[in-house]
Amino acid sequence: MASLKLVPVFVVLLAGSAFAQSYGIGHAASQAELAQDITISPTGANLPVGHGNAAEGKVLYVEKGCEGCHGENAAGGATAAPGLVAKKGPTEGDAWARGGIAVRSPVATILWDFIHRGMPLGNEGTLAPNEVYALTAYLLAANKIIPENQTLDQNNLAKVKMPIGDDWKRAPDWKPNSPRIPASLLKMPK
Amino acid sequence: MDPKSKSRRELLKGGAAAVGAVAAGAVGTAALAQTKVAVAGSGLPTYAENEAPMIATDDDLVAYGTRSHYVTSKRVPAIMNGYSRSSPDEFGLTFHIATPLQDSYGSIQASSLHYTATTKGAFIPDIDPAKHTLMINGLVDKPRVFTMADLKRFPSVSRFHFIECNSNSHSATDKNVQSSHGLTSNAEWTGVLLSTLFKEVGVKKEANWFVAEGAEEIKGASTMPMSKAMADVMVAYGMNGEPLRPQQGFPVRLIVPGFEGIFNTKWLRHIKAVDQYQLNMDDYGHLNRSTLGAAMIYQIGPKSIITFPSGGQKLPDKGWYEITGLAWSGQAAVKKVEVSTDNGKTWKLAELKGTAHPMAHVRFGTMFNWQGGEHLILSRTTDAIGQVQPGRDELAKALGVPVTPAWRPPGNNNTIMKWKINADGSVTNGLA
Ligand code: HEC
Repeated sequence: MASLKLVPVFVVLLAGSAFAQSYGIGHAASQAELAQDITISPTGANLPVGHGNAAEGKVLYVEKGCEGCHGENAAGGATAAPGLVAKKGPTEGDAWARGGIAVRSPVATILWDFIHRGMPLGNEGTLAPNEVYALTAYLLAANKIIPENQTLDQNNLAKVKMPIGDDWKRAPDWKPNSPRIPASLLKMPK
Repeated sequence: MDPKSKSRRELLKGGAAAVGAVAAGAVGTAALAQTKVAVAGSGLPTYAENEAPMIATDDDLVAYGTRSHYVTSKRVPAIMNGYSRSSPDEFGLTFHIATPLQDSYGSIQASSLHYTATTKGAFIPDIDPAKHTLMINGLVDKPRVFTMADLKRFPSVSRFHFIECNSNSHSATDKNVQSSHGLTSNAEWTGVLLSTLFKEVGVKKEANWFVAEGAEEIKGASTMPMSKAMADVMVAYGMNGEPLRPQQGFPVRLIVPGFEGIFNTKWLRHIKAVDQYQLNMDDYGHLNRSTLGAAMIYQIGPKSIITFPSGGQKLPDKGWYEITGLAWSGQAAVKKVEVSTDNGKTWKLAELKGTAHPMAHVRFGTMFNWQGGEHLILSRTTDAIGQVQPGRDELAKALGVPVTPAWRPPGNNNTIMKWKINADGSVTNGLA
């Protein structure tokens, strides 16, 4: 396909964005529009200022209706919504097999981000930053990932040591026309 | 009979129409006599007996066509890796819905039958396109916001691309092709290349990744390489000649050719250029213990499937049939498809029906004279960069794992599927 062959040219153009074709379509993002950006980095950059701990989170877990769907003590069973604590206990078995986001994320920002974006289901986007820090602290403490009395904030959230540690990989870097599975990753057929 | 349909005679009673009918009848008599002879003994009704009722045209039918009520093909909530979750579920969320590939013709799916999936289950947002915007910010010179009208002013592209869910994984338990392979579909998408938009905002050198985010309630977000954005990612607003449907991301979605379904962000509202892998909630599902495992849940490999004859269908008689199906690859166009009717002992090159586009389904077919015996029928594709669709045994060997009937390859399963034509013409799962 012709456009694939053009890739190196695009890269050159982009490197000096002065050369890039511009049509002047669209409008410059306003401060109000930029404030809609809720993407946070695994380093913690772009996290809103705030703090919360497990005790506050435990209260919010009931008040905000999380319990109604995710069950008492986040153990599941109330509805089809999953439990949010490791099924066999917080330190049992292989961390990869223990459960969902609260346990298996390589960084705690993923849990924070998911609650912030998507919960409570039906009323998403209504939690204030402090509430999200508190609920995150509650779920991490329930999984024995942080101590009960730790306060989480924009500075220490990304530093929480998650159970899978750095025992994870992402897909190899992508280039046009490269095979799905680089040959170097496969054992040779016997 | 559809309550809307009436016999033509009923409609044509009286007035000028009756005159026309008489005239047509007179002309038709000679032809009728011949038809009677032609169908005698076939069990089919004669031309006269077969006078079709007609579908009364109303304003709705004038405005937007519908299919015949004799065509009942439908999508069903998917059973994935033996796990099923209804759509809608108890919260009203839509999860994964499989397309009836067994009934499809050609290389694209009707928009109404295109498979649909949401990552963790999502409400389908009802977005007013006049109010919807797409913001691009992050590591760019000029963060900008585009309305739908803005997006349509850019140079457009129309391309055929498939989308496939990673969980589209067949095994010995699938009864038909909708269950084994129904989480992939192909369409013609129209939109603007993401590279065009990135040039408009001026991407900075250190932006190696970008995040795309949807407007549904959980605001699903995935991180993708900038190299992919510059190669072929589309910001699409059209599908098969009309606007996207809500289940496909109306009014605008990302098309990330060949990448796993989840990347094709629907209800697209925000793109952010970033300098590192973001580990969003949708990214965490793409992590694995090994690079190999992560590669297998990222892009779709070369893959093909026979849709006729397939599980649950039946060959009524001995004789000639066209074995037909679909082939695709996540890295390139399909180069060839081979079909075997003897469990892979011998292979025959199939005909590709039309142009094979990069990262798109293409229909293939080959004639087969069934003489009543048992046959295991298989298809295997090779793509334009030389990747060959693997057999189950072959892939297991390459991965260094034992293969059992219950084994499902990790990630997207692109291994060769087998259908079994039984002595009575019935077709069943050939892996069972
Ligand atoms: C109306 C029901 C409902 C309410 C209320 C609700 N949730 Fe959820 N939640 C769900 C469903 C359903 C999912 C699962 C999506 C899926 O299938 O992966 C989910 C998923 C999650 C997950 C991700 C689980 C995983 O590992 O994939 C977290 C964390 C979570 N909810 C936290 C919360 C918190 C905190 C609250 C309260 C602020 C809350 N939820 C309120 C229904 C609910």
